[in-house]
Amino acid sequence: MSAYHRPRTLREAVTLLRGPEALTVLAGGTDIYPARTSRTAWGARDTRGIVDISGIAALRGIEDRGDHWWIGATATWSDIIKADLPPVFSGLKAAAREVGGVQIQNRGTIGGNICNASPAADGLPPLLTLDADVECVGGVEFRVPLAKFLTAYRQTALAEGELVTGIRIPKQTGQGHFVKLGARKYLVISIAMVAGVFDIGSDGEVRSARIAVGACSATAQRLPELEMTLAGRHLDPALMAAHHLAHLAPIDDVRASAAYRQAAALQLVRDLIVQAAATSRRAA
Amino acid sequence: MDHAAPKETDHIAFELNGEPVSLSAGPFTSLSDAIRDNGDPGTKIGCDAGDCGACTVLLDGEPVCACLVPLAQVRGRRVATIESVHHDPLVQRLVHAFSRHGAAQCGICTPGMVLAARALLERVPGPTRAEAEVAIGGVLCRCTGYIKIVDAICDAPHDLWLGQAIGGVGARVRHVDARQKTRGTAEFGADFAPEGSLWLRVIRSPHASAIFELGDLDAFKLRLGLDAVLTARDVPGRNSFGIFPNTKDQPVFAERHVRYRGEAVAALVGRRDMIETIDVAEFPVVWTETSGLHGIDAALTPHARAIHATHPDNVLTRGNLKFGDVVAGRASAAATAQGAFETSFVEHAYIEPEAGYAVRDGDTITIAASTQAPYMDREETAGVLGIPEDNVIIAPTACGGGFGGKLDVSVQPFLAIAAWTLNKPVRMIYSRIESMASTTKRHPARITAKASADARGHLTAYEMTGDFNTGAYASWGPTVANRVPIHAHGPYKVPNVWNRTRAIYTNDTPAGAFRGFGVPQSAIANETLMDDLAGQLGLDRWQIRRINALKTGDATASGQVLHASAGLAQCLDALKPAWDKALEDAAIHNATNVRYKRGTGIACMWYGCGNTALPNPSAMRITLQRDAAVGAVFHVHSGAVDIGQGVSTVLLQIVREALAVDGAFIWLTPDIGNTAKTLDAGKTSASRQTFVSGNAARLAALDLRAKLLRLANAGDGAAMRLEGDVLVIGPEQRRIALAELPADLESFGTYDPPTIPLDADGQGVPYATYGFAAQIAEVMVDTALGTTKVLHIHAAHDVGRAINPTLVEGQIHGGIAQGLGLALMEEFIPGRTENLHDYLIPTVGDIPPITIHIIEDPDPEGPFGAKGVGEPALVATAPAILGAIRHATGVTMRKVPVLPHRLWEALQEGKT
Repeated sequence: MSAYHRPRTLREAVTLLRGPEALTVLAGGTDIYPARTSRTAWGARDTRGIVDISGIAALRGIEDRGDHWWIGATATWSDIIKADLPPVFSGLKAAAREVGGVQIQNRGTIGGNICNASPAADGLPPLLTLDADVECVGGVEFRVPLAKFLTAYRQTALAEGELVTGIRIPKQTGQGHFVKLGARKYLVISIAMVAGVFDIGSDGEVRSARIAVGACSATAQRLPELEMTLAGRHLDPALMAAHHLAHLAPIDDVRASAAYRQAAALQLVRDLIVQAAATSRRAA
Repeated sequence: MDHAAPKETDHIAFELNGEPVSLSAGPFTSLSDAIRDNGDPGTKIGCDAGDCGACTVLLDGEPVCACLVPLAQVRGRRVATIESVHHDPLVQRLVHAFSRHGAAQCGICTPGMVLAARALLERVPGPTRAEAEVAIGGVLCRCTGYIKIVDAICDAPHDLWLGQAIGGVGARVRHVDARQKTRGTAEFGADFAPEGSLWLRVIRSPHASAIFELGDLDAFKLRLGLDAVLTARDVPGRNSFGIFPNTKDQPVFAERHVRYRGEAVAALVGRRDMIETIDVAEFPVVWTETSGLHGIDAALTPHARAIHATHPDNVLTRGNLKFGDVVAGRASAAATAQGAFETSFVEHAYIEPEAGYAVRDGDTITIAASTQAPYMDREETAGVLGIPEDNVIIAPTACGGGFGGKLDVSVQPFLAIAAWTLNKPVRMIYSRIESMASTTKRHPARITAKASADARGHLTAYEMTGDFNTGAYASWGPTVANRVPIHAHGPYKVPNVWNRTRAIYTNDTPAGAFRGFGVPQSAIANETLMDDLAGQLGLDRWQIRRINALKTGDATASGQVLHASAGLAQCLDALKPAWDKALEDAAIHNATNVRYKRGTGIACMWYGCGNTALPNPSAMRITLQRDAAVGAVFHVHSGAVDIGQGVSTVLLQIVREALAVDGAFIWLTPDIGNTAKTLDAGKTSASRQTFVSGNAARLAALDLRAKLLRLANAGDGAAMRLEGDVLVIGPEQRRIALAELPADLESFGTYDPPTIPLDADGQGVPYATYGFAAQIAEVMVDTALGTTKVLHIHAAHDVGRAINPTLVEGQIHGGIAQGLGLALMEEFIPGRTENLHDYLIPTVGDIPPITIHIIEDPDPEGPFGAKGVGEPALVATAPAILGAIRHATGVTMRKVPVLPHRLWEALQEGKT
């Protein structure tokens, strides 16, 4: 059996991570255990030790910190669903409710979702649309915009010896939305999903729109061209065109074809815009 | 800071079901393993990856998958498992409600379901169906179709436990094993083993086709301190198994080359901690990968390599049915439709992976494992060990779902060889991935078919050819090839039929038995063509089926006259109002909606109960034993394995009805299917147990009844009742004190369905009776995204007689859920979908409301008129859904599953 550490403080965790042992960070275990099951099924052995960060109080919680919201790395999806957060978080909450089933929502953490960096991670598009920064610690504390943190397929900017401590989301107005597409209702890895944060003026004009698409590229992607197109106009799905998705690079896999993903992303973003327009009309 | 150095175990203290415990296990040990190893096996492990929810427990009141929780995180917290039923009133209410509603079939998901629901009831005392669905969305069930589970959860607040007597035929009796299944005390293959058992782990090929050489196994064994490394050289008897005497083509351990990914080459036996931590990369084997033949086309390429030297063309077997003259039938037709169809590998996805143990005692070996076919396991095991069958005892454990997948041996030969050669008890548990990679699947089919009808819609000809990918080994390939031609033209009167099938060897995962033995695949082709003909002739799709429905008195294309119980017309008539309404609803909806389109489809099916023109007898034994506590008890000694469908309950109801002794206690003896303690009832497959074993039980009961009547010289119709151990008989109220009889009474019944062997053209009497059904599917298609939501299924099934309507409904619900999966989401791809997150089966949120019409057109051959329903439940669902998709979109899907991207692509083509 490999080593298992359960530090109580961040300092202890970082000391361990910067030490000589090769350690894997564990919080909710919803990625670590399935990965172990998958490896050992074909006979590979688990050798890396574990540093279990679930006991570190400083990583827990969801807080209003004046100019920003802070979500601790070990906040679970259920914590996010239950948290009293403004409407801009509605997309993130909707995503949280679509992760796995209740059992996974009770265990999976937002920090794990970010660090696992799956292209199909449901939490990433909503966080991108919230302009989230990732707070990290290693030799020093540092902060990275989420879009920069996600560097490649299942790769992050985190180096050995570093740890994500939380997510920082600037205070903002607007309404969040999320739409997921999967081949069944629960416990399903997304074929594609989209998230958006829309700030609509009382005149119905878009003050700002931020939209992101997941499972259609190695990492979830914002749609900057579309966001600019929408700004200053009334929300209308017809403003959305295929070229707004030109930078996506979906793949064929067991869940769907690349061509389908590209087309589905277009439809889902249009659906998202329709949903956002309907919500803003109701609010007006 | 808590630190654990290597090799060190902690004592981790927490509260388990209200009691403090301190477990000595590593901190990274999953909570599920820790709880089970501590002696509470009620928490089931279905996938060990958070994909199935079977291991759901409550951690500080909230549901979690125990397989994802490190024991270290539980320190000082509260854990509740199904064992909390002893003190938790909410869990008790749920357990009672699950029992009453028939919500536990095989029972492997039940503890997880109950706990997930318990967390909901704590928060919401009277939940809605929608709330119940969200609560159990993370727990997979493969048996029930979830409907009775949701019923039970919503009813739990109102449910009070009422004891029950076993009712007779037609009563909604609870499953006889409901108590054990709902409380997690039923003992499945992984739940127990003798103290000190060694553990076994199989080394499997990661390649689909390879040559291999084993290195120094003895050195490997010594270095790791193993008890044994078993390979082909260690097989005492025949290193092969297979269903039929002439198809024993699958080695226990491959020799020199492997034919599919997941094939066994060796087994390691030793202490558990060693077995679980071995890095298989260190196992001395050198692989030389060779190019495999994947799929039917590759295997049939001219000059393709022979996968088995015995079959140079890679054709394992052929099936044929020829009746009349299809050319003449087509010539006389007003319309002919044709098409090519394709289905995928489908995984059984029972939530219980294969598991069990073996113990040797002198010349005898006992194997306790999850199975559907104890006597076949006995034959295979004896052959592999090279010992007489009488020296092998198969002691089936509770079976956590089978659906055909546990008709082949899996763990049995490995365990037998290890326990036999080492003379020590040995156990093993397949991982989910191992189970999915190595065990049989539904045959992928490639079917071309042609159907013709005259101007009034009467079928004049049907012709089909079907190739079935049987994978690397034969398994049940011959059964599929033989059953399909008989059924492929559907439950219709067709004067000219020619159906031909082949089972093809490939380097894919072996395909075997799966609920329907190929008939679900052929029904997709058949029913699509029925719709095509209706379209060409301007007939309603219900109408063309009603016109052609086989009726009592008709002859089938096998030349068999159906003397009774051909209730398809009644099924269709029962569905007619729903059909008309569904068409109208779709038309109204579609008139104003562009993107979301509603559609309605209909499909029929028939299915012969029992083996195809082969003997498949069942024998049952009943004893009347004097019992000190209750006087006298009828004991039913059943060899019919109950895999959740409820055959045990059905048999007791039949026995009660046939005995007709008021006040009788009728008990099922434990050790169901134990080959040393019960008679051979045949396998639990082919929808045969209610029909075949039900008849055997009925005959045994009648035999015992006759013996009792003789005690009083009473006539056949005399009433009997038991008062303690006094039997009161006839109008004279003759009183027989059973205690004074010299011995317990014993009776036997044997039944083998009357069939006539088929000739080369498939003519004969292949089955004694057939189940019939019709189903309607209503769907909503998002034409922009290609997604299909099934809105409602209406199912009418002629079951002859519903011995237990609750159980019949449970079979229909579960079959429909599997049919829905076949149609819309299930596709096993070797090496790519070997787990339950890449391989999708329906969750509770995917199952629509189901309206059931039970049609009872009794078969005089069946016990009290009953026929089988297990497989019939599934067959019509997928074609009904496909028909509904076409009705909604105009697009004909001829390949399943209809994944969103496939339907979307077809819709795009339709546009251009």
